[in-house]
Amino acid sequence: MTGSPLIRALDRVSIPFLGLLAAIAIVVPVLNLAMSPLSAWYVPTYLVSLFGKYFCYALLALAIDLIWGYCGILSLGHGAFFALGGYAMGMYLMRQIGTRGVYADPILPDFMVFLNWPALPVYWYGFQHFAYAALMVVLVPGLLAFVFGWFAFRSRVTGVYLSIITQALTFALMLGFFRNNFGFGGNNGLTDFKDILGFNVQSDATRAALFAASVVALGIGFYLCRVIVRSKFGKVLIAIRDAEARTRFLGYRVESYKLLVFTVSACMAGIAGALYVPQVGIINPSEFAPANSIEAVIWVAVGGRGTLVGAVIGAILVNYAKTTFTSGALAPYWLFMLGGLFVAVTLLLPRGIVGGAQDPGIAQPRPAE
Amino acid sequence: MHVLRERVIALVTALGVLVAAGAGAGARAESFDDALAGFAGDSYSDTEKAIEAIAASGNPRAAIVIGALQDARLFFNAGTKKVYVKTESGTLLDAATGEAAAGETISDLKLVRINNRLRRAIEASLGSLTLLAPDPARRFEAAQAVFRSRDAAALPALDAALAKETDAGVKRALTEARAAVILNMSAAKQADQIEAVAIIRARADQDAVALLSALPAAASPAVTRAARDAVAAIQNGLVLWEAAQNAWYGLSLGSVLLLAAIGLAITFGVMGVINMAHGEMVMLGAYTTFAVQELIRSNDPALFGYSLAIALPLAFLVTGTIGILIERTIIRFLYGRPLETLLATWGLSLILQQAVRTTFGPTNREVGAPSWMSGAFEVGHITVTYNRLWIICFALVVFVALLGLLRFTRLGLEMRAVTQNRVMAAAMGIRTSRIDALTFGLGSGIAGIAGVALSQIDNVSPHLGQGYIIDSFMLVVFGGVGNLWGTLVGAFSLGIANKFLEPYAGAVLAKILILVLIILFIQKRPRGLFALRGRAVEA
Repeated sequence: MTGSPLIRALDRVSIPFLGLLAAIAIVVPVLNLAMSPLSAWYVPTYLVSLFGKYFCYALLALAIDLIWGYCGILSLGHGAFFALGGYAMGMYLMRQIGTRGVYADPILPDFMVFLNWPALPVYWYGFQHFAYAALMVVLVPGLLAFVFGWFAFRSRVTGVYLSIITQALTFALMLGFFRNNFGFGGNNGLTDFKDILGFNVQSDATRAALFAASVVALGIGFYLCRVIVRSKFGKVLIAIRDAEARTRFLGYRVESYKLLVFTVSACMAGIAGALYVPQVGIINPSEFAPANSIEAVIWVAVGGRGTLVGAVIGAILVNYAKTTFTSGALAPYWLFMLGGLFVAVTLLLPRGIVGGAQDPGIAQPRPAE
Repeated sequence: MHVLRERVIALVTALGVLVAAGAGAGARAESFDDALAGFAGDSYSDTEKAIEAIAASGNPRAAIVIGALQDARLFFNAGTKKVYVKTESGTLLDAATGEAAAGETISDLKLVRINNRLRRAIEASLGSLTLLAPDPARRFEAAQAVFRSRDAAALPALDAALAKETDAGVKRALTEARAAVILNMSAAKQADQIEAVAIIRARADQDAVALLSALPAAASPAVTRAARDAVAAIQNGLVLWEAAQNAWYGLSLGSVLLLAAIGLAITFGVMGVINMAHGEMVMLGAYTTFAVQELIRSNDPALFGYSLAIALPLAFLVTGTIGILIERTIIRFLYGRPLETLLATWGLSLILQQAVRTTFGPTNREVGAPSWMSGAFEVGHITVTYNRLWIICFALVVFVALLGLLRFTRLGLEMRAVTQNRVMAAAMGIRTSRIDALTFGLGSGIAGIAGVALSQIDNVSPHLGQGYIIDSFMLVVFGGVGNLWGTLVGAFSLGIANKFLEPYAGAVLAKILILVLIILFIQKRPRGLFALRGRAVEA
């Protein structure tokens, strides 16, 4: 049983997709670094960073798809896990600045000196070590999701109620992180990063490496999700999605299944956030905004929920569209388009772009009446 | 009290002697006009006598004349011996009558000169003059000023004023001011000081605490002890007042929450439709108010006082119609799929926000308040602003009206029937799809009129609705879905809890705490405070 789902996960869709990701992870950095900027094959650094960002979003979308598409849990607060992972990475990067900050304090980040903090708060200890920060990237979102999920699923908060309290969760975190005395830089967040693992975050090579890391993380995340959904565990998740009460009556501990998958999903979101922060160079409390989390849900809906490839494609498509439209003359109309996308997808394309074609197993939920 | 009165009489007599000695025996009998002539003498001693005579005359113009003298705005004509006051704007008035001085120009007149000795006399007489001013409000203010300054020199004037005072409120202020003065006089008798502590204790506010806590070091132990007891007693009282103030703020916040959430209680609570665009309906209501006021301003400003009354039905119609349109074009295809409804209406909210931003611009719009909405009054130590008071009343009226509508009208009956058992309701001949549209329209319309009220206390911007949406949903979930009473109780308890937490935790932390508390509460009672029981639960 242990080996089979690992292999079963690789079917005729997954293998080409993973192959494509591997090719992107190798070819794009090579084209960026090895080619002369004059060559037609040259990939500009800004594109590398931009798509690196999209791949982080894609990993977040994958995390949402895992719980929404396969277990029916619509989290409107996944941006919180993403941002927490991002903050953990941001704290590591802040500690790396050291004496190169404006105030040149070897221990305290600039904003703490500015706010007259006497010493580093305890929860900042250890973040100068990459390994510790990397652990926190997974642990903090995972732990929050575990505690939150443990309360929520055990008392059978389901459906829209769960959606609303996840939204309240991220809203509360946003309010908290906006406060200066929370110790995370308040309004401005964490920024002005210098280097990561000794490499300059601004350099082309580091950016290319971060891009490759994002693609690899996405690939691993995809494979992991694939393993999960193709296993017996995944079948139970789908059963919970389609008929929760019936699954419970069949003897499955629905809460435990939900809790596990919710926690795994939160960890994935945290990793996505951690890879996102060094590429955009800033993390601030607006990442916690409920609107961000809801936007992430629409990526999944556009691509097709319940299809892992769809989540990835949806995230990249929608964000590419967003970049294109918000930077041009059409900028004032972007919100019309995004809003229209929400309405159109739910009304006309409930299974998303990939959904209908690939996985006919997803039944349309029956109307309640 | 008897002792005090005797003392007051004694002091008044003493003051009388003083005044008489300074101004000469006949000074009191002299009329105001005769006293004025003293200014025309161009000698310091004449001027001093004139000041005292005018201060004693009790004429309502006395303070104006002496004020002008202090500011070097008092002139006289050396020929006619008439005295004139130059106003701040530069026009000349006859000092005796206050009427415009015809035929005089400032170049013909001489300034009434003053020196330092006169300045002191002027200040003393001005202080007591304001204490004796004919307007009770000015007397009250003068008494308050003395209370704060605790100037021992004001004592004679205070006693004189006390003897004449008829207004009860001013009299109390004067007594308090006098007590404050006595407390700060090291020469005063201990019994008097203890009595003064009692008087100030009765005042029972922050100023009293400040005064009693800052006694001179030379005060006797008995007085200090009395003051300490008084401070403790006052602070106990103040804590109660503060609690009352917090409760009032909480009610006010609760009414805002109630207004924002009550439409949601219909669409989400009764119909089970997650309308994320609900906040935008509130925003559209606020913008309707703005548009109505703009039209009134440009066409008929006289109607401005009625602008809110005009905006209310309009906002209801506008948002109600939009609500019905949304229901007919989008939501009816999504019944039974709450998560999709949530996403689609979120998309709608983005579109509505952007539409408003394109039409009205991204900045805050100014919505004016009619005169009956502005201002405030005091109840004890609580300040009550009219707009908050009206919004509380308005929220309750809307609530009762909605309750009545659901309970007593045919539409309400059909709504309840469809909610409880859609199939059976349809079998009884109710057109369920029409009821769906109307219910959604009603919920949206109520959000619209909430917007009219909220435009009075919040910034009218495209983001207005977003600020309320999470709170509203939490509130409906907290109060119990499908139950208007739950929404009412939930709104006021959340509002009050929030305001009581704020002084200890700060506004943001209080909000976070409340959110966490609701999240924990939902764990305990997933169906809210007033859960529906029986069959309706799974409907």
